[in-house]
Amino acid sequence: MNEDAHHHHPTPPSPVETRAAALEALLTEKGLVSPEFIDSIISAYANDIGPMNGARVVARAWVDGEYRERLLGDGTAAIAELGFGGPEGEHMVVVENTPEVHNVIVCTLCSCYPWPVLGLPPNWYKSPPYRSRMVREPRKVLSEMGVELSESVSVRVWDSSAEVRYLVLPERPQGTDGMNEEDLTKLVTRDAMIGVARP
Amino acid sequence: MQDFGPVLVEPAEPVFHASWEGRVFGIGGIVTLQGLVNTNTVRHAIERMDPAHYLGSPYFEHWLTALATLLVEQDVLTREELEARTGGSFPVSRPSQAPPWTAAAASDGRSRFAVGDRVRVSEAHPRGHTRRPRYVRGKQGVVDRCDGAFALPDADVHGDDPPSEPTYSVRFDAAELWGNEAESGATVSVGLWESYLEQA
Repeated sequence: MNEDAHHHHPTPPSPVETRAAALEALLTEKGLVSPEFIDSIISAYANDIGPMNGARVVARAWVDGEYRERLLGDGTAAIAELGFGGPEGEHMVVVENTPEVHNVIVCTLCSCYPWPVLGLPPNWYKSPPYRSRMVREPRKVLSEMGVELSESVSVRVWDSSAEVRYLVLPERPQGTDGMNEEDLTKLVTRDAMIGVARP
Repeated sequence: MQDFGPVLVEPAEPVFHASWEGRVFGIGGIVTLQGLVNTNTVRHAIERMDPAHYLGSPYFEHWLTALATLLVEQDVLTREELEARTGGSFPVSRPSQAPPWTAAAASDGRSRFAVGDRVRVSEAHPRGHTRRPRYVRGKQGVVDRCDGAFALPDADVHGDDPPSEPTYSVRFDAAELWGNEAESGATVSVGLWESYLEQA
């Protein structure tokens, strides 16, 4: 350990960090952005907008058949009933997994993702391997990610290339009949709502 | 592009990997609210990045480069200001190669296709921005959902009053897309604007 690191001096900023700071400083001087507004956006996506929201939607659909019907009929409206909506969630379609059909979401052109219910996408979702391979060999990619599907199960891949954003409604796991909605919420993972895992 | 190898999952991945990523995301949100950029213009600016820079940089560096490009192109700030403040180079995307947008037949907003219709994605390979994935061009599918009408991205990136067009989810059998290499029992449903489609 050198002397600098020992005294916890910060490492010099990377080039991209310097560029980001330059853009923010210039826009702040021009009165176009405020650091506090940026802070509030970061805080919202770091703390309040994430897969815990989607998990509440899924758990509600598992315990309330009428809600499930509304969710599959008009995803945007049913998700708004629980207080969720906003950028990248204005046109939601919810696709339901069944014993016969497995759904999975991708965006081959960029990284479209349902922010209000899942937050911002993980890096693997935005990566060229996932984006290129999920449409071409979905069973193989799902198997690599831990979802083994029998040949009798159809795979439906949804490429979010236009304005609709998708959420997968996973199958409720067996043996959870005694669980209440709050406990069920804890079973629902981000990856299950993308379709690359089971709850 | 293909043959990228395995999907690499980072366990317990944070929302932002460094504080600058969150700052760039926040700036993007604010200049979107101000109408200086929108989803289509940001995507187009990312597509205009130097390909090596694009592939060799993290996701939010794409945003940073696109936002700076669009703000420079609209004279909100200059590249010289950016580089002076950075104390070094500030790469921006290349100029658009797209010809000025000329309206083809304007949509009247009513859907030409219905659920169950067989359609083919046109083979056009326009310069500039489009939301017509290459892997479905020339391929036949079935309309499985009619969605609302939205600004045509190909026109939206040129700024002035883009036409609104119906959009559809079109389902393609894997065999139609990938031939003998297709997996069995798989379909891919793709969101497409009406002018990308023709009756099959």
